[in-house]
Amino acid sequence: MPLANTPTSVPVVVDEDKCIADKGCTVCVDVCPLDVLRISDLTGKAYMKYDECWYCMPCEADCPTNAVTVNIPYLLR
Amino acid sequence: MLERLEKGMDDLRAGLNEVDCDLLVIGGGTAGPMAAYRARKKNPNAKVILLEKANVKRSGAISMGMDGLNNAVIPGHSTPEQYTKEITIANDGICDQAAVYKYAQECYSIIEELDQFGIRFQKDDNGEYDVKKVHHIGTYVLPMPNGDTVKKALYRQLRRARVLISNRYMATRLLTGKSGRAAGAIAVNTRSGEFLVIKAKAVIMCTGAAGRLGLPTSGYMYGTYENPTNSGEGYAMAYHAGAKLANLECFQINPLIKDYNGPACAYVAGPFGGYTANSKNERFIECDYWSGQMMQEFFNELQSGKGPVYLKLNHLHKDTADHIEHILHTVERPSRGRFHEQRGTKYSEQMIEMHISEIGFCSGHSASGVYVDEFARTTVPGLYAAGDMASVPHNYMLGAFTNGAIAGEHAIDFAADVDFEEFDGAAVGIEQERVLAPTKREDGIPPNQIEYKVRRLVNDYLQPPKVTAKYELCQARLAEVREDMEERMMVRDAHELMRSMEVASILDCADMAAHASLYRKESRWGLYHWRTDYPDSSDEEWKCHVLLSKQDGKMACEKKAVQPYIIPIADDEKDAYYKQRITAQA
Ligand SMILES: Cc1cc2nc3c(=O)[nH]c(=O)nc-3n(C[C@H](O)[C@H](O)[C@H](O)COP(=O)(O)OP(=O)(O)OC[C@H]3O[C@@H](n4cnc5c(N)ncnc54)[C@H](O)[C@@H]3O)c2cc1C
Ligand code: SF4
Ligand code: SF4
Repeated sequence: MPLANTPTSVPVVVDEDKCIADKGCTVCVDVCPLDVLRISDLTGKAYMKYDECWYCMPCEADCPTNAVTVNIPYLLR
Repeated sequence: MLERLEKGMDDLRAGLNEVDCDLLVIGGGTAGPMAAYRARKKNPNAKVILLEKANVKRSGAISMGMDGLNNAVIPGHSTPEQYTKEITIANDGICDQAAVYKYAQECYSIIEELDQFGIRFQKDDNGEYDVKKVHHIGTYVLPMPNGDTVKKALYRQLRRARVLISNRYMATRLLTGKSGRAAGAIAVNTRSGEFLVIKAKAVIMCTGAAGRLGLPTSGYMYGTYENPTNSGEGYAMAYHAGAKLANLECFQINPLIKDYNGPACAYVAGPFGGYTANSKNERFIECDYWSGQMMQEFFNELQSGKGPVYLKLNHLHKDTADHIEHILHTVERPSRGRFHEQRGTKYSEQMIEMHISEIGFCSGHSASGVYVDEFARTTVPGLYAAGDMASVPHNYMLGAFTNGAIAGEHAIDFAADVDFEEFDGAAVGIEQERVLAPTKREDGIPPNQIEYKVRRLVNDYLQPPKVTAKYELCQARLAEVREDMEERMMVRDAHELMRSMEVASILDCADMAAHASLYRKESRWGLYHWRTDYPDSSDEEWKCHVLLSKQDGKMACEKKAVQPYIIPIADDEKDAYYKQRITAQA
């Protein structure tokens, strides 16, 4: 059976103007316990790739430039 | 699989490396770091590897810190004897006291050690530990004003002790030797799918609770009470290695903030005068300490028409309510503040709606774990377990630290006396084939759908009250899903591969939950094991542990007598935890 793409609105947002992943930072990707953040090949910035988040906040707390905001996943809000 | 090779982080790569060490610790959350640290302290020449699925810096239940110690036995406030008695009663008599008593005797020295690491505990004006009463009988709760620093402090000690840390490796199976002794583990890199075989003279499992067993009522698969990284591999690996697991039918079920699904923290709020109330603003339970007996009353209240149930702080002075809010919104689960802000709820103004969590396995909160003795030894020689996945009841964070330390010290001595245990080399190939099967399919069902279905079935059929006919239906449905998992599950990258391995653990845990629950033909531990077909407790037949293990490839249960009590429990004390309900409501 073929797969479909079902969209979800992700809870974690990265301010691309503040993110310095293009200078080599990967802190948020490194610390996330669920391993759901990645650096985009297209933009060179961090983003949430998988919607599998515990809204625990290490990504936000450890980001050196305060680029990350953790929102409550929509289904829980 | 190799056709899918591309540049990029989650692309699957073929690979197999082998390392060896004296001691392998699996899981770098709370118990694991302490075990590895203490092992290196005791034997500075030993090679100790700490393997972690996520990143030790921010992994596990305490990833952002903790509000306090729930079970601190501090001289002048309580004694090891009192604590052992309280936990025996809270756990409805099913308690091998030796392990609880040893914890209670040693935990104060761990508090002192944590203090030296820079983790501060609340003191009163006289410089004494400011311990609060939350339990039914004794006084054991100690706030941690800088609880957000726990992980950093631990990490510093691990670096100092030169523990070898391997992040982003997920253990999937233990290796055992010809004599049945632990020989190491097989792990998979969660970002490449490459295999790592770790040969070890002793192994300590610290992989936390089985937190992704039930489905949160929000429907969000990762909105669990427990850190969802803890998907139950410890329980599954122990089972497949032939270890015995204790009292899995004693589920973890917690009273939580509805939808947010994090603790309402009556432990924090209680000492300030906060409590659990029904919709008539009335208090209905004496004691907010989490137990199956208390959860039964919580459930009854929800069913009675007097629900919902709330955390009530709006009767307190605004400054007090705001102060509690501040504590609860900074450490442990700091996104709670955002949740309330969005809902427009202020603790000083409204009561906070609560609900009952999904089910899980967790000794840290209840009593479901891999069976261990007072030295954290499982029934497999050379294999240890500590923290939420080991069977010491109501053990919480300080239990994870203390029993981690006990395990680390015992295991490193054990390792010094033995050589590597030889294991059957074919085991690695068999495991590679099992793990990689979903990567070989071009078409099939993705792991997230299989996981959702398993967990939805767990909610539909396994959540208490436990009904025999529903349990049997569940077993049949889970067997169908297992066939789907084994024959049709498909993954496209290393991240999905990790999720597919987690599904296998979750399904094993669901099967174990059903099997153990059906075996114990009585009700015990309040809501945790309420069987409608056997509504009464029967001490004569069932005042024993139920041990589940793999016998001839199949799940089997047996009874094991509770060890004679070290601290006697009088007849008029043993039901204290059943006296929760406030009868004459003011
Ligand atoms: C929200 C919340 C609030 C709590 N509040 C309190 C409190 O206020 N006071 C208190 O005393 N206790 C509290 N507890 C309980 C306490 O935090 C736990 O009992 C304790 O931290 C458990 O420690 P652990 O080492 O067993 O598990 P964890 O700290 O969760 O560590 C398990 C580790 O194993 C790793 N892992 C899992 N699977 C694998 C695998 N297959 N391979 C490799 N690694 C793996 C995980 O990534 C994780 O790092 C709370 C728990 C939660 C969830
Ligand atoms: S931690 Fe912050 S700066 Fe670094 S990659 Fe992530 S978002 Fe960008
Ligand atoms: S909130 Fe937690 S789980 Fe979600 S992206 Fe950040 S670190 Fe990862």
